[in-house]
Amino acid sequence: MTLSALRVAIIVFPGSNCDRDMMVAIEQLTSRRPALVWHKEASLDAADLVIIPGGFSFGDYLRCGALAGRSPIMNAVLDHAARGGAVMGICNGFQILTETGMVPGVLIRNAGLKFSCRNVGLQLCETLASPFTAGLELGEDLTIPIAHNEGNFFADADELDRIEGNGQVAFRYAASDAVGPTNPNGASRDIAGVLSNNGRVLGMMPHPERAMSKLHGGTDGAKFLLKSLEALVS
Amino acid sequence: MTSASDVMTYENAATMGLSRDEWDLINQRLGRTPNLCELGIFSAMWSEHCSYKSSKKWLKTLPIDGPQVIEGPGENAGAVDIGDGLAAIFKIESHNHPSFIEPYQGAATGVGGILRDVFTMGARPVALLNALRFGEAEHEKTRHLVGGVVSGIGGYGNCIGIPTVGGEVNFDKSYNGNILVNAMAVGLANSDRIFRSAATGPGNPVIYVGAKTGRDGIHGATMASAEFSDETESKRPTVQVGDPFTGKLLMEACLELMASDSVLSIQDMGAAGLTSSSVEMASKGGLGMEIDLDLVPAREENMSAYELMLSESQERMLMVLKPDATETARAIFNKWDLDFMPIGRVTETGRLILLKDGGTACDIPIGPLVDDAPEYDRPHGDAPARKQLASSDITNDQPISHILKTMLGHVDLASRRWIYEQYDSQVMADTIAGPGGDAALVRVHGSKRGLAMSTDCTPRYVEADPKTGGAQAVAEAYRNLSAIGATPLAITNNLNFGNPEKPEIMTQLVESVLGMGDAARQLDTPVVSGNVSLYNETDGKAIQPCPVIGMVGVIENVDDAVGNCFIAADQDIFVIGQSEQTDDGWLGVSIYQQHHGDDGIYAPPPLDLAAEQKTGSWVRQQILGGGINAAHDISDGGLAVAIAEMTMRSGFGADILVPKTGNLHGWAFGEDQARFVVTTADSKTLIAAAKEAGIEITKVGMVSDRSELKFGDNDTISLSDLNDVFEGCIPALMAG
Repeated sequence: MTLSALRVAIIVFPGSNCDRDMMVAIEQLTSRRPALVWHKEASLDAADLVIIPGGFSFGDYLRCGALAGRSPIMNAVLDHAARGGAVMGICNGFQILTETGMVPGVLIRNAGLKFSCRNVGLQLCETLASPFTAGLELGEDLTIPIAHNEGNFFADADELDRIEGNGQVAFRYAASDAVGPTNPNGASRDIAGVLSNNGRVLGMMPHPERAMSKLHGGTDGAKFLLKSLEALVS
Repeated sequence: MTSASDVMTYENAATMGLSRDEWDLINQRLGRTPNLCELGIFSAMWSEHCSYKSSKKWLKTLPIDGPQVIEGPGENAGAVDIGDGLAAIFKIESHNHPSFIEPYQGAATGVGGILRDVFTMGARPVALLNALRFGEAEHEKTRHLVGGVVSGIGGYGNCIGIPTVGGEVNFDKSYNGNILVNAMAVGLANSDRIFRSAATGPGNPVIYVGAKTGRDGIHGATMASAEFSDETESKRPTVQVGDPFTGKLLMEACLELMASDSVLSIQDMGAAGLTSSSVEMASKGGLGMEIDLDLVPAREENMSAYELMLSESQERMLMVLKPDATETARAIFNKWDLDFMPIGRVTETGRLILLKDGGTACDIPIGPLVDDAPEYDRPHGDAPARKQLASSDITNDQPISHILKTMLGHVDLASRRWIYEQYDSQVMADTIAGPGGDAALVRVHGSKRGLAMSTDCTPRYVEADPKTGGAQAVAEAYRNLSAIGATPLAITNNLNFGNPEKPEIMTQLVESVLGMGDAARQLDTPVVSGNVSLYNETDGKAIQPCPVIGMVGVIENVDDAVGNCFIAADQDIFVIGQSEQTDDGWLGVSIYQQHHGDDGIYAPPPLDLAAEQKTGSWVRQQILGGGINAAHDISDGGLAVAIAEMTMRSGFGADILVPKTGNLHGWAFGEDQARFVVTTADSKTLIAAAKEAGIEITKVGMVSDRSELKFGDNDTISLSDLNDVFEGCIPALMAG
């Protein structure tokens, strides 16, 4: 299979606002425009990758991701994942994944109680087999922006030990040239992205679709997405 | 409860901010006494906020035409041609009073309101900017207000998904009791698909869409037209509450509907809500409107006609649809789970007729509401003469680096990172240069073209000399756009002043508008939209006058733009617009004077508009031709601050040549205008080009790979020392 044969679906909730950005980013890499799927749909056409994009689904009212996690489309996404399908949730998408239990942990308010939009350094961790990490070198550093108010990854110590032991931590915040604290939100054990226990679902706070070219100020987002897409093709 | 039989008196009118003459005029035009609802409508439409009654005479003197102008003042926002069949649609608007009373909601709804103005015209918003003024850092309310306003701006913009890419923030004690929150939105539309507000076609349906109407913000436009007092904070219930999620749905639904060829005219419900939207649509179309208020979607029970007409509930629109388009439109709004309700129709009567509870709640001619709105030629005089300050009166022998470190660690000049990192500056993935640059740069989606934007004003210059200050705001914006390589196209303005009934305040307004007009003509940046905010006073004390300029320009290819960081060691650093003999500078009303001088108000730096144009255009041409690879305009804090900013942002150091004679602090911190700091990879060619063009150019140093800034032979400071104070100041202030 070639990259342009890869079927990517991006779920759109009312209040999603990075859906177009992700669509453009994926198209830049694959030359194939992903399908945008409205949250009221009850089924999902066959897809090689489902992306839940960033934004403020349902205004983040009640609790980030809580309402979106119960939208009709999410049953189809859960089925897709249960069949071993790949799913990636970025920012609000990560919050939605934790709400559905597809990845462990929860995301609470940033330790500084402020929204934060800035570059952060990320370091790839040793993980179980996953298409989202297979193409990158262990310990590889990436610089990718964050933009969130509730990105503080939290789980109790036993849970953290368990997901670390299983190799489910994909990325940790790491020192970089970016101005500001290395861990931007108080996340437990500096965790920026986690995998499901089969490695097929990834939730991460940073926005790779915002680091796609020199004009964005960096290309590490493109590198990460391309490696993931290539791993899904092979 | 209100009914048509309520008999109003002058006393009622006075509580709504109307004068005796205005009350008499209403009675005369109606041929009877108005009821409560009618009086409320008159008072809102004749408020300073809606009618511009004190400023109109002077606003008319501003240049509004040019080949680039598609839509000038009068619509929801202005529009300029940016090429490729596209229009940039933009406007700035104040939300000062609500933001002081309830900073989060006041600022958030300011952002929401200006976004509606832009997407009402058919444009997808692509950028937000702001201009903020707070009281002095030590004031007891400043922290609370800064925190609330910043999170409110972010709360709305981040959620709706429009990047906040630029702005300016300053602190001064004159804003202790009256902060300024001005928000600007910029959108893009096809030039031939711009929507306007004039109602058309008698009989066509008038549709209400968006959120339901509640009792929030009732008579906000009138509140915005009055001075503050100690009791103002009891007005918290009159502040509107924003819902950016509904705003996002409304924006998407409206843009989807506009693409379907169903909309004849559309107007957002901003200040004075249903009143101003219905009256303005009917007035512009030369028609009338009949509305059944019982059909208006209401959030609360038993709302009176007065309350429904004066509510400023957010996220609402009024539109006139093609007669056969109602069902298409209804389906779109149903998809987005928004209210959609035909509430009336366009008529030929020229009257605003409101029905309620089976009766007529209001029946008034629309002409007088708009055309007879009072227009005042308020008394004004000459601006006070100011003495020129000699540098030697306030300077000392301290090393430049000591002074620089203190100044960069002060709220006047410190990094705004704590503020702008709370704004999502990158959503939409087209931001090329966000906050921290001279001008913001956003790529036109899917192309190489870029929109450049900046907001600017230096209130202390305006206070010292309103005409120069009004012109300087335009010139500085022009410089900021030129410094990234963009061609300025047009401006929007937000005139923030005190009580115009005081001649000295009116003088500030008149003179600064005249100065602004001169600059806009000289720099070919006509005014296409704007907003006036008067009565910015607390207990009789006015703010420093703040006529903010928001400028928009274009660059053909974003790859050609430059930033304000040094990019390579061993490149020469030049000042453009300064002669080699310069060994002093203008310290009157500079930041340096504020920190080292007395409280006196001296003459501000003189402005030469022809020089601004010549220097700015030349810098722009050199950037586009590759002759200049980094540029920064010289403004607050002068040359030394500009150079320090270029080092801190880049990590490169600099060795600066200082003059052997003259006044060193004047030279380093003077705020003389029409100057840029630039670097180049080819000094010889740049110098030759400058000489040929008659542009003054002076080498002031060289970029180094050492992390330090060195003035002359013996005065050195490390970049980490500078960075610590520069980045540490506002976080420390906000931590309390």
